[in-house]
Amino acid sequence: MHDTTGFKAFRVVVVVVLGLFTVVPLYVMVGSSLKPLSDVRGAFTWWPTNLTVQPFIDMWSTVPLARYFLNSLIVSSAATIASVAIAIFAAYAVSRHRFRGRGVFTTTVLSTQMFPGVLFLLPLFVIFVNFTQTFGVQLIGTRLGLIITYLTFSLPFAIWMLAGYFDGIPRELDEAARVDGCSQLGALFRVVLPAARPGVIAVSIYAFMTAWGEVLFASVLTNDANRTLSIGLREYSTQINVYWNQVMAASLVVSVPVVIGFLLLQKQFVAGLTSGSVK
Amino acid sequence: MATTAVSEKDDAGQEQRPPARPRRRSGWWWPYALLAPAVLFELVIHVVPMITGVWMSTRQLTKFFISNWTAAPGVGLRNYQVALDFDAAVGEALLRSFAVTCAFTVLVVLVSWTFGMAAAVVLQRSFRGRSGLRTLFLVPYALPVYAGVLTWNFMLQRDTGAINHILVDNLGLIDDRPFWLIGSNAFWSVVVVAIWKMWPFAFLMLMAGLQSVPQDVYEASAVDGAHAYRQWRSITLPMLRPVNIVLVLVMFLWVFNDFNTPFVLFGTGQPAAGDLISFHIYNATFLTWNFGLGAAMSVLLLLFLLLVTGIYLLITNRESRRA
Amino acid sequence: MKTRSLRASAVAAALLLGMTAACTSNSDNADDSDGGSTEGGGGGGGSLTYWASNQGTSIDNDKEVLTPVLEAFTEQTGIPVELEVIGWNDLQTRIQTAVTSGQAPDVVNIGNTWAASLQATGAFMPFGDEEMDAIGGADKFVETALATGGAEGEDPTSVPVYGLAYGLYYNKAMLEAAGVEPPTTWEEMVSAAQAVTDPATGVYGLSLASGSYTENSHFAFINGAQNGAELFDSDGNPTFTEDGTVEGIKRYLDLMQEDEVVNPSNAQYDNAALAVADFATGKAAMILTQNNAGATITANGMPDDAFGVVALPAPSDAEDDIASHVAGINLSIFTNTDNKDGALQFVEYMTSPEVQTQLGRPFSTLPVLVDTEATFTDNTELAETFTDIYNNRSAPLPLVPAEDQFENTVGKAMNQMFATIATGGTVSEDDVRAALQTAQDQVQASVG
Repeated sequence: MHDTTGFKAFRVVVVVVLGLFTVVPLYVMVGSSLKPLSDVRGAFTWWPTNLTVQPFIDMWSTVPLARYFLNSLIVSSAATIASVAIAIFAAYAVSRHRFRGRGVFTTTVLSTQMFPGVLFLLPLFVIFVNFTQTFGVQLIGTRLGLIITYLTFSLPFAIWMLAGYFDGIPRELDEAARVDGCSQLGALFRVVLPAARPGVIAVSIYAFMTAWGEVLFASVLTNDANRTLSIGLREYSTQINVYWNQVMAASLVVSVPVVIGFLLLQKQFVAGLTSGSVK
Repeated sequence: MATTAVSEKDDAGQEQRPPARPRRRSGWWWPYALLAPAVLFELVIHVVPMITGVWMSTRQLTKFFISNWTAAPGVGLRNYQVALDFDAAVGEALLRSFAVTCAFTVLVVLVSWTFGMAAAVVLQRSFRGRSGLRTLFLVPYALPVYAGVLTWNFMLQRDTGAINHILVDNLGLIDDRPFWLIGSNAFWSVVVVAIWKMWPFAFLMLMAGLQSVPQDVYEASAVDGAHAYRQWRSITLPMLRPVNIVLVLVMFLWVFNDFNTPFVLFGTGQPAAGDLISFHIYNATFLTWNFGLGAAMSVLLLLFLLLVTGIYLLITNRESRRA
Repeated sequence: MKTRSLRASAVAAALLLGMTAACTSNSDNADDSDGGSTEGGGGGGGSLTYWASNQGTSIDNDKEVLTPVLEAFTEQTGIPVELEVIGWNDLQTRIQTAVTSGQAPDVVNIGNTWAASLQATGAFMPFGDEEMDAIGGADKFVETALATGGAEGEDPTSVPVYGLAYGLYYNKAMLEAAGVEPPTTWEEMVSAAQAVTDPATGVYGLSLASGSYTENSHFAFINGAQNGAELFDSDGNPTFTEDGTVEGIKRYLDLMQEDEVVNPSNAQYDNAALAVADFATGKAAMILTQNNAGATITANGMPDDAFGVVALPAPSDAEDDIASHVAGINLSIFTNTDNKDGALQFVEYMTSPEVQTQLGRPFSTLPVLVDTEATFTDNTELAETFTDIYNNRSAPLPLVPAEDQFENTVGKAMNQMFATIATGGTVSEDDVRAALQTAQDQVQASVG
């Protein structure tokens, strides 16, 4: 099958327009991170006058970036693992069982997607406070509080997508496993999960990215000890100066792990979408 | 023919299987045990706080009561009256923010979908550089929100930003350097930034959807001499219908609730033209300490979203049944 | 009733949470990650937690400056102090959440303009006679500074710790080159600025943080007060639309609009540092800023002897020659501290002449004590000018609970008006009045 001239022209237009739209900000981010401060404070230039990696060195001392990085890494990883684990059980129940309350559950979980975050920001805060007073487990200003919060953000999407994925895996497989003496959970872990690997990878990526990029709750639930990157990056704008070159360098560095992870696993992500939510 | 194949797959595991409950009476609690952790966390993080939020919206929860919030006096629906009194300052500001958000949402969803569709269709067939482009297009989606928006904030600076450099110095389209983060242009800034990070998601979903459209359908119609556009109209679009229903709804909800983009892009600036509703409520709540009123506004927002979603699902369901 | 059931459900949920933590493997992670970071609660067992505001060039800089000072306190009293320095972006939210949750430090720095607003929450300990004696007596403080401690007629819930005041900084060489003297009236300031302004070269007479709502609200107050206007009546109801305030704000906006001595780009300056940087790099001949701008000026490469400071001039027919609000930082003690004596000792220590002298330099602040000399600069003239402004020509912002909302609503309205001017629109006196009416309605709605 060959493409018509019209289609080729359309392709060129789309590729050029969307390509530039995508690339320019990325270029500005990379380019500006390699400029000295005097360059980013003056009029914009496409090329750095002096190429320097100094911003990548200075950014670690202007703000405690390493600590924020570690916080984000721990919070996002833990939230991802917890979220995916919980979603696997829930999705398995939704996919393989018919039970009273199933409809209520799926509707409620999905409709949490439309909750405006500002609605439950303060109440959540207050609940965390009560929890702490009752049990003595600190949730505000600790990573645990953030982990618990973030794991629920990706949960609806994860359950929905995994349930769709599990639906696509023939029941005969689990039943065969059951006949072979596996328990319900055994069937889930030995048969269903391996078959659903792309789906699990896809929701893991999604959960990690959600946690890594969250801003609203981090702005209220974090302090010096557990501050994550999303709030920490604002500190490059200080009393003295706005260190735009360091902001760009830091943005670049904090983006690299998620972008690379996502791009490496994009095939699984697309495959997960295809057989999960998209079907 | 292909449609039936898809719809069969669609229903797999849902209709063919008899309910599990009658078969395993003794294990009735099993699905509940599997669900328990999810239910628990949803309750703690979403449902209970939401109910608390609704309760708060009926209280006069100002700074006088915030240190002992359970003692805040009840005011019935007065917070709602204040929020909905469009002749007074608070209601008027909320209404304006709502209007801005509606325009913002329509534009962002529409353009993101169009861009995503165009890119997905173009990249559906192989050509040199296809996989590189696909990777590139996905980068803004993978980027943490704040990193991308901070970059745009830098680009949209009046004197030191790349956008004015392009418009004024490189292209010479205008002489005077416009402001992008204050005044009425702030609206276009927040729209463009939101599209920049939203369209790759549409692209991703549509691309995934296109992979389940069998190639032979196109080949059959290509033999018939159908043009690319006709193919798109008569094959691609109908096949992507289930994807589109979900995609448009999800994008609508995300975009309408968008807090991060204005928060990172404008900071404390809060220009009227870029005053999206979540951002507006956040500021109204945390800068004036009027948490009861803020909760009332949030509940109104939630009701609106529920209403729109409900209508949307009704319409799409009915059409699906007719089709 | 409702509260109890809410609380009960939270507790039930929490119980379940504890159970899952015990059964599922993933939560081990969560527990581990929490292990190292359980600080932040009210300090027990004789120790204190202290939230400091960001006064130095960076948060780390603050820690470096304060750590030896706090260690000396621990040596004297045996009370260890756990310090957290909080940036200005977060401080108000953090205090709010601390008030809401009761999970608060023992002692906290607050922007002194928030004092009456925070007092209204009831979360801060009032300094009655006994407490005041414990920290060395009310007499030791500069009177106007102590007046910022809370609403009039009530025991203050905060005491001053760092003093700040606005001044008009001018670039000596640029004014000299234009043949003008440092201004003593508003009119002279405008004509001096006009003499210097040359948009073609990007040089302007004045630089303002016109996108910063806090700065804008300060100048709304100062310019209005020069006209004899009050922002609140005696019942604490807003009276923003008084002629004096409207005209005062218009006068300030006109620096950009009519007089054209301010670069329209300043409408985007949401941080005073941006305006200071313009001044230090010769893009503006004058700035209106507080006396802690010194570090920023130096950091941008301008030598100390290149600039002078005069009081912000009032119009020649002004009713009052007030030149600044009483700016600065106050110290508060949270009511629920479990170490009240220690907290009082700490407040006394921070407001002692020694510490005031020691911290004045790195933080560029004025002493809040009557008999202590300013140490924020070696330039005695500068020190005298600011001490005079602070002690004699400044008035506190309205000491009412709704003060923070005045800053927020009026300041943001001024942001918008500056944006209108910068993007080519005009703002008339009627527009100012209408904007202030809206702000007033918003504040009134929450005053009740």
